[in-house]
Amino acid sequence: MSFELRISRTVGAARIEIDVAAAGAVLGITGPSGAGKTSLLNCVAGLLRPDSGRIVVAGEILFDRATGLDLPPERRRAGYLFQDNRLFPHLKVSDNLSYGEKLSRPEHRWIPPQDVIDLLGIGHLLDRYPATLSGGEARRVALGRALLSAPRFLLLDEPLAHLDAARGEEVMRMIERMRDELHIPMLYVSHVESEVARLADDVVALV
Amino acid sequence: MTSLLTATEWEIVGLSLKVSVAAVALTMPFAYGLAWLLARRFPGRMILDAAVHLPLVLPPVVTGWLLLLAFGPNGPAGGWIAAHLGIAFVFRWTGAALAAAVMALPLMVRAMRLSIEAVDHRLVQAARSLGARPWRAFLTITLPLSLPGILAGLMLGFARSLGEFGATITFASNIPGETRTLPLAIYSGLQVPGGEALVTRLAIVSVLLSLAALIVSEWLVRRQGGRRAHVL
Repeated sequence: MSFELRISRTVGAARIEIDVAAAGAVLGITGPSGAGKTSLLNCVAGLLRPDSGRIVVAGEILFDRATGLDLPPERRRAGYLFQDNRLFPHLKVSDNLSYGEKLSRPEHRWIPPQDVIDLLGIGHLLDRYPATLSGGEARRVALGRALLSAPRFLLLDEPLAHLDAARGEEVMRMIERMRDELHIPMLYVSHVESEVARLADDVVALV
Repeated sequence: MTSLLTATEWEIVGLSLKVSVAAVALTMPFAYGLAWLLARRFPGRMILDAAVHLPLVLPPVVTGWLLLLAFGPNGPAGGWIAAHLGIAFVFRWTGAALAAAVMALPLMVRAMRLSIEAVDHRLVQAARSLGARPWRAFLTITLPLSLPGILAGLMLGFARSLGEFGATITFASNIPGETRTLPLAIYSGLQVPGGEALVTRLAIVSVLLSLAALIVSEWLVRRQGGRRAHVL
């Protein structure tokens, strides 16, 4: 079982509820803006505490209200691609990329930095600061940073947003390759249903 | 250069710089710690905030008198420090430095707190999700991103220390070569006949030092801010 998400959480006036157990590598989450897609990812990453329920990813319990277990974010090993990238503005691209890698255990790492740099085509950006990157460039760097942190699973929040069609197709193919070759579990969030349908083994619609 | 000021005047300038640098160095870790604390929500925050800001709104003479009560030779803190660390404050330059430190604290805390609050919490979350424990996220994200505020706080505190008068003269007195800093020396010069030349030269030095502190802090903040202006 890749994902077992059985949680509820109230954010402001909205109530997010999900109850799903998915065996496939990619679980797609769709729904309109404000349905709580990002809040759900934050719960899985440990940045937001559910009111109740339990979260299990690839056999490891990350949160369980019944037993009081609540792993802090730094121990969940989530590769989180934030919708707003969140690159560190005071660090060069190279230092952004290596931030999580340096904190990971060597035996957990599964992809060398050069492979990620080649895969994402960001070799020419390494000496730049995030403020000088275009939207698409920043997106790829943020994805690279997440991949290099030796994650057990990926949380992808609208990964194709702010990308032009050609670059979006590239990132899509890359995600497909990660799914097929690396079998790394992914939560894929998008409001575009065709994207989710193409990638995901299971789809959950939040309303 | 040395002929611009007399030996006594150089001594006054040197003492002022020594007192101000010591005051700022002493205050910095406390100010940053308080700023970090006050950027958080906790019970009693309003009271701590008010206490930190007290020297800003109290008459400086009252602050000096309170320091005398606490840090004088018979005061609880002063007695303990004299016995265990061998440092006396009254009539000493250390007292002038302590008075300046207390007066500079609110300004330094304000500048640092604003810059800590300006650090995007989402960046700290990103660091945590990448495997950073809270203290490492603080050291690698919050601290460097609040650096412009720390520098601005240092310079504000330094300028405030250079100008400290009321608390210093009340607490540490006005002893030539020991606690007679620039403002005290200017005040003393005005009390004696023929002191105008001294007063003029020291006033010019004061203006130049304060201007230099302002310009340096502006420059440092701009240099830091240039590439940190945007959060992508």
